[in-house]
Amino acid sequence: MADKGISVKDLSVYYGDNKAVKNVTIDFNNKDVTALIGPSGCGKSTFLRTLNRMNDLIPNARMTGEIWIGDEDINHPKTDVVLLRRRIGMVWQRPNPFHKSIYENIAFGPRYHGLKNKSQLDDLVEESLRKAALWEETKDRLHTSALKLSGGQQQRLCIARSIAVKPDIILMDEPASALDPVSTSKVEELISELKQDYCIVIVTHNMHQAARISSKTAFFLSGELVEYDNTETMFTNPVKKETSDYISGRFG
Amino acid sequence: MAQTTDKKISANNHFAEEWVGRIYTTLCVLVLVTTIVAMVYFVASRGLSTFFKNDVNVLELLTGLKWSPEGQPPAFGALPFIFGSFSTSILAALLAAPLSFCAAVFMIEITPKFGRKYLQPVIELLAGIPSVVYGFIGLSVIVPFFRDVFPGQGVGIAAGALVLSIMILPTMTTVATDALASLPSGLKEGSYALGATRWQTIYRVVLPTTLPSLLTGVVLGLARAFGEALAVQMVIGNAPFIPRSLFESASTLTSAITLSMGNTVSGSAHNNALWSLALILMLMTFVFVFIVRWLEKRSKL
Repeated sequence: MADKGISVKDLSVYYGDNKAVKNVTIDFNNKDVTALIGPSGCGKSTFLRTLNRMNDLIPNARMTGEIWIGDEDINHPKTDVVLLRRRIGMVWQRPNPFHKSIYENIAFGPRYHGLKNKSQLDDLVEESLRKAALWEETKDRLHTSALKLSGGQQQRLCIARSIAVKPDIILMDEPASALDPVSTSKVEELISELKQDYCIVIVTHNMHQAARISSKTAFFLSGELVEYDNTETMFTNPVKKETSDYISGRFG
Repeated sequence: MAQTTDKKISANNHFAEEWVGRIYTTLCVLVLVTTIVAMVYFVASRGLSTFFKNDVNVLELLTGLKWSPEGQPPAFGALPFIFGSFSTSILAALLAAPLSFCAAVFMIEITPKFGRKYLQPVIELLAGIPSVVYGFIGLSVIVPFFRDVFPGQGVGIAAGALVLSIMILPTMTTVATDALASLPSGLKEGSYALGATRWQTIYRVVLPTTLPSLLTGVVLGLARAFGEALAVQMVIGNAPFIPRSLFESASTLTSAITLSMGNTVSGSAHNNALWSLALILMLMTFVFVFIVRWLEKRSKL
C-alpha cells in the first residue's frame, strides 16, 4: 500500500483495571500533521505511546484493538517491536539526548540498522541535521557533547535523531512545552517542513500551536475521542459542546 | 498593646531556637573534626617517627624487599606488604566488578520486580556478614580447594582476592543498582524508540551513561578490600615476601599490622614501622576517597 498513514480501530488501553483509552477509532493521514488535544490525564499521551508500542515497557499496561500501518496490524502479538520502532520515530516533552557527541547521537540508530560505512554515516548525519535545521549551528562541533547544546537545540537534535533512522511516522509528545518561545517557533517551523515527508502525530497542550501547525485535530476527554475534524472546523465551528468549551478555555 | 508583646516574644523564641540548633550541630561537627584530625595526627606522628627517630630511609621502607624489624641489623622493607595489599584488592575488584554490574543490570533492567523485591535484599544481606565468617569459609573451603587443584599450600593472593571479592560484591552491586535505577527513563525510551533492542540499549546507553557511578562502586569496593584485615589474614599465609605465584604465601599491610601489633613495645623501631604501614593504608584511603569525589563530579555532567 502506498499510503503509510495510520488507521486505528477500536483501541483501548488499560493500566491494571483502569481503562485509560476507551475504544478509539481514528485515521491519521500520511504527509500531514495531526494534533491531539485535551486536558491532562485524558489519555492522549497514552494513546500516542501505543502507536509505537512504547507501552509495552510499562509492566501492567495492556491494549486491545487494531492499529494498521499500511497492511500490517502493529498491535498483533507477533509484530517485531524492534523493527516497528525503526519505522516510527518519537520525540518527547523533555529533550533526551544520549550522553554522547552530537554525531554519535544521530549515528546511534543507523548503526544498529547496519550502516557501518563511515562516509555514508557522515552524509546521513549531515542530512538529518540539515532537515532538523540544526546543521549550521552544529557543523563545527559535531564531536562535542550533545548535552552542551541549549534545550531547543537538544530537542531539534532529538528530532534529527529520529529522522536519521528514516521512519514513516513521527510521534511527538508535547515537543515544545519545555522550550522558550524562540525555540518553540523553530521547532514548529521544523514540523511544518517535515510534514511534506512524514506522517506526524503531535500531542500538545497549546491550542495556538495546534491551530498553527496541524491540518487535523482530535479532541480527547477522559480516554474517549470526542471529536476529530479539520483543524479549522474544530477551532471555529466544533460540533460537540465539550470541544467548544475546552477550546475556548471554559474548562480543562 | 498586648498583641504586640506576644508577637515580640514569639519572635524571640524563633531566634533562640535557631541558635540552639546551630550551636548543637556546630558542636557535633567540631567533635567529629577534632576526632579525625587527632587520629590523622596520631598515626602520622607515630608513622613518621620511623623515619625521623629510627633513621629508616623512606625509600627503603617503600621499596625494600626484606622485612625483619627484630633482626640484626633490622630491615624495614615493606614492599612485599604493599604489593600484597594492591594485588589482592585490585584482583578482588576485577573479579567482583563484572559480577556486580551484571547483577545490577539483571535486577534493574531484566527483572525489575523480582530483582528489587528478592535479589537486592539477599545481596545486601551479604554485606552484613562479619568478615571473620568470610575468612573462616575461605580457610575451610577455598584454601583446601586451591591446595588440591594448584601447586602450593592453597593460601596466598588468589585465596585472599577470592574471599575479598565476595566481601565487596554487595557494596559494588548496591552502588551499581542505585546508579542504574537513577538513570532518567527518557534515555532508555529514546533508545528503544530508535529501534534499539534491550541489549543494545543496555550496552550502548545505560552502561556508558552510568559508567562514572559504576566506577564509584568499584573504587568503594577497592577501598574496602584494601582496608580489610581479618579475612585476608586468615587465608593469605602471612609470609613477608613477594610471592612467585598467586598460590604462594604472602602478606598485606593490614595482615602485617594485626599479626605483630600485640608483640611489639610501644615506641620501639618495630612498633613505629607498623605505624608507618598504617600511615600508608590511611593515605591510600584518602586517595580512594578523592577518586570517588572526582568520579562523582564527572557523573554530574
